Amino acid sequence: MSVTLDHVTRLIDGVPAIRDVSLTLERGTLSVLLGPTLSGKTSIMRLLAGLDKPTSGRVLVDAKDVTGVDVRKRSVAMVYQQFINYPSLTVYENIASPLRVQRKPRLEIEKRVQEAARLLKLEPYLDRTPLQLSGGQQQRTAIARALVKGADLVLLDEPLANLDYKLREELRTELPRIFEASGAIFVYATTEPTEALLLGGRTVCMWEGEVLQAGDTSKVYRHPDTLRVAQVFSDPPLNIVGIEKKNGSVQYAGGVQAPASGLYAGLGDGAYRVGFRAHQLELASGAAGRHAFHATVTVTEITGSESFVHLSRDASNWVAVLHGVHEFPPGHVLDAALDPNNLFVFDAAGRLVASPGAM
Amino acid sequence: MARIDLVDLAHSYSGNAAPAESFALKPVTMTWRQGGAYALLGPSGCGKTTLLNLISGIVTPSRGKILFDGVDITPLSTQRRNIAQVFQFPVIYDTMTVGQNLAFPLKNRGVPKAEIDARVAEIADLLDLTPYLSRKATRLTADAKQKISLGRGLVRSDVAAVLFDEPLTVIDPELKWQLRSKLKALHRALDLTMIYVTHDQTEALTFADTVVVMHDGRVVQSGTPAELFDRPAHTFVGYFIGSPGMNIVPAEVRGREARIDGHTIMLNRNYDGLPKAAKIEIGVRPEFVNVAPPGSGLLAANIERIDDLGRIRFARVRVGDVKFAARVPAGFSVPDNQAGLVFDPSHVHVYADSLLVEGT
Amino acid sequence: MDKTVNQKAWFLVLPVFLVVAFSAILPLMTVVNYSMQDTFGNNQFFWNGVGWFKELLDPSTDLGGRFFASLWRNLFFSAVILAIEVPLGIVVALSMPRQGWSVAACLVILALPLLIPWNVVGTIWQIFGRPDIGLLGYVLNNLGINYNYVSNEFDAWATVIVMDVWHWTSLVALLCYAGLKSIPDAYYQAAQIDGASRWAVFTAIQLPKMHRVLLIAVLLRFMDSFMIYTEPFVVTGGGPGNSTTFISIELVKIALGQFDLGKAAALSLVYNLIIIIVCWVFYTVMTNAGAERRPNQGVA
Repeated sequence: MSVTLDHVTRLIDGVPAIRDVSLTLERGTLSVLLGPTLSGKTSIMRLLAGLDKPTSGRVLVDAKDVTGVDVRKRSVAMVYQQFINYPSLTVYENIASPLRVQRKPRLEIEKRVQEAARLLKLEPYLDRTPLQLSGGQQQRTAIARALVKGADLVLLDEPLANLDYKLREELRTELPRIFEASGAIFVYATTEPTEALLLGGRTVCMWEGEVLQAGDTSKVYRHPDTLRVAQVFSDPPLNIVGIEKKNGSVQYAGGVQAPASGLYAGLGDGAYRVGFRAHQLELASGAAGRHAFHATVTVTEITGSESFVHLSRDASNWVAVLHGVHEFPPGHVLDAALDPNNLFVFDAAGRLVASPGAM
Repeated sequence: MARIDLVDLAHSYSGNAAPAESFALKPVTMTWRQGGAYALLGPSGCGKTTLLNLISGIVTPSRGKILFDGVDITPLSTQRRNIAQVFQFPVIYDTMTVGQNLAFPLKNRGVPKAEIDARVAEIADLLDLTPYLSRKATRLTADAKQKISLGRGLVRSDVAAVLFDEPLTVIDPELKWQLRSKLKALHRALDLTMIYVTHDQTEALTFADTVVVMHDGRVVQSGTPAELFDRPAHTFVGYFIGSPGMNIVPAEVRGREARIDGHTIMLNRNYDGLPKAAKIEIGVRPEFVNVAPPGSGLLAANIERIDDLGRIRFARVRVGDVKFAARVPAGFSVPDNQAGLVFDPSHVHVYADSLLVEGT
Repeated sequence: MDKTVNQKAWFLVLPVFLVVAFSAILPLMTVVNYSMQDTFGNNQFFWNGVGWFKELLDPSTDLGGRFFASLWRNLFFSAVILAIEVPLGIVVALSMPRQGWSVAACLVILALPLLIPWNVVGTIWQIFGRPDIGLLGYVLNNLGINYNYVSNEFDAWATVIVMDVWHWTSLVALLCYAGLKSIPDAYYQAAQIDGASRWAVFTAIQLPKMHRVLLIAVLLRFMDSFMIYTEPFVVTGGGPGNSTTFISIELVKIALGQFDLGKAAALSLVYNLIIIIVCWVFYTVMTNAGAERRPNQGVA
């Protein structure tokens, strides 16, 4: 089974919410929709579920056109950001509810509910009602209900957004295992790059209603097609600097000149934009062949295992990350260095022209 | 601007007569210095919001006192406490412009117009709201609205403290970075005492000079981010701070040795004289566990998977029934997923009944 | 949001459609039909075209005079009760408790007048206000206030208005209370912290957030008060003289008293039209005032 969006556009009040999206989701895969708020993630899910009809384009299931087919006839389950359960039913009955609707025999219901409860570690709570549970347990119940339904397509719209940080961390590491065991098509919307990386699978990078890039999560992360993809898929935010290549050397905006070594060697003369993530910016490494900049510390944020150093350099703000605790006073001027082999180069139109090969 | 003292402060929603264990906030005594940046960190239900509401005066404590600069303000109403607060979701006065929203707390207190205008202009400038000053506030996006809420919290220069109740909940990740460093810069620029409540360790650790970790109505540790990371005083702090949290493993500890799964790990200090009946655990952060190919003298482990977070990777390993997380370098792999673990002895801590034991 | 189309759903709507056809559309067509004709009984009808309408809209005729007189009375009545009930309803809603057992008690007490049928309300006030045996009338007269709704126009009006306020302010209060309940606590806390006065809280938070329910309250109260019939009919019978004869009372007099079906039909059509137009004006004005405040979030 596969679900395809074929050149789908959807207008809301004449404003495009989704612009010409084509996307195929295969059985047994997990696709993460990654993009900021209002980038079209929820709109895509509603189209996939059949809750909304595309303004133009088709929705195909196994190459059969289902555009406009009622959502109740599609095999879809959905989990929302809010914890949606039946408040008066026990956890057991909540999980069993889609099976009761399907009029499954009692023994089968019993078996499948127990299975889902085991997978989501809900066994001790089966007799409680949702209001007696923590947020994490409530959301697990909602996920269990979606799984037990046996739907071909399971849509999760920022399911962890309302949970505490630590619970989110725990569920994030459990979810890929749960998805693997199920074999349905999973679509998972999130605004957080870290979540996409932890879930693995495929990532569909969204921006203003368009799909910018879709592919294996680690490939999209390491080879973003465009500057915009790199920006959406970076946390901390992507650092950017303009360069001009001429006569075998690169001139950085704000006045640093360096030999066009590393990835710069293969570029034609002209203007480019260079993007690099926080961990690609080195502070006082002293290694050979680096391009060094004078930058002023604006803020240092320490998490214990890492320190994020916010820098102001020329007209731009950069973030660098260091292992361990490093505190720099604001206003401190330091050397920030770039490895010309470890950065992304985008042309004037924002397309990737060079990226680190073995990263 | 004020120093804040909490004196034996405690609260139960079912009144003072409730059993001590059921208190939402168990008695706490601490001092927060004027101009400091503090974070109250903990999971839902740990009592951090109760503590915040006690300070703002929305809730009156069952026992204890709160002092601002040595003056007992416990019986005072919220209005008379001279504090500012920013809530989880933007609070916007619908009928007002952005500028009027920012001016509201000053106007209500009869501040002269020239002073209001100057202060609003200053705050709008710090928060990049200047171009929107004359726009209706309801027309803006969620993050712009939250910036207005922040601005209203910061606009008064005479407040005893500014309280933040998970203010970045509705903000997208990229903007969170901007707003967080903005808040830090504002703290420096405005010299206000700030108290920030959150369940998000990154927000707490990056914002605050001092982080107060709460668990089950108790303050379990209060310290700088580095202290919390390096020497968690309670296993809960070890677990809650760090992502993934500290590996906490039952062990037998004798003198300078700890035994896990029949294997001996050397410790930096001597731990003779641990309480007999206590539950003994050792804690070590994933950052200080090295994964190497199996070898003699190493703790044999089985690698279950490797989480790739882009800039860092964590191996999830198993030793017998015990799970470990360990930081591994890019491109790390071992044959058959069999590995040996090496611990950095200076970062292995010993806990008795969840509390850190200082060795000798 | 356009939903996926399911043709079968139309069959489910069919029964309602039939009921509406028999209960509203067919009678309405009958009324339109009557309004164009004259009858002298015996089921004999004569074509009169727009004659009744011409007469109705010409104040110099008997029909026109009665119509305009009762129309002004109606508009005045609606204006007065809106001017009293809306602010009063808001005040009542604001002074209600927000939590605890007293909420339920307040709601029950408020709902009581709403549960009483119109004619019973009329009867209650009719007796209540009588100078001889009614508590109100007796007390007022003993206090030296010469109160008699049967003979005094002002007293009759006052009685009808007080009765309507007593009967319907609860509705406005309940709607406003629902609007107030939907305001998150954080707004009140923020206002307290911002040092806002009670009045500032009302104008900056409560009134803007009640905007939608107030729209509903005004519409409902206007429509109801403009169509008022039973209570004044029971209490004053439209008198003294014609001083409390509203359009609906006039209509019944013409249709059933004089059996002028054509005139009555024309009157009721115009009556209907006025209600629709005034409601439309209210709605447009109030939503436009609100549209300016609605957030404008495109796809960003």
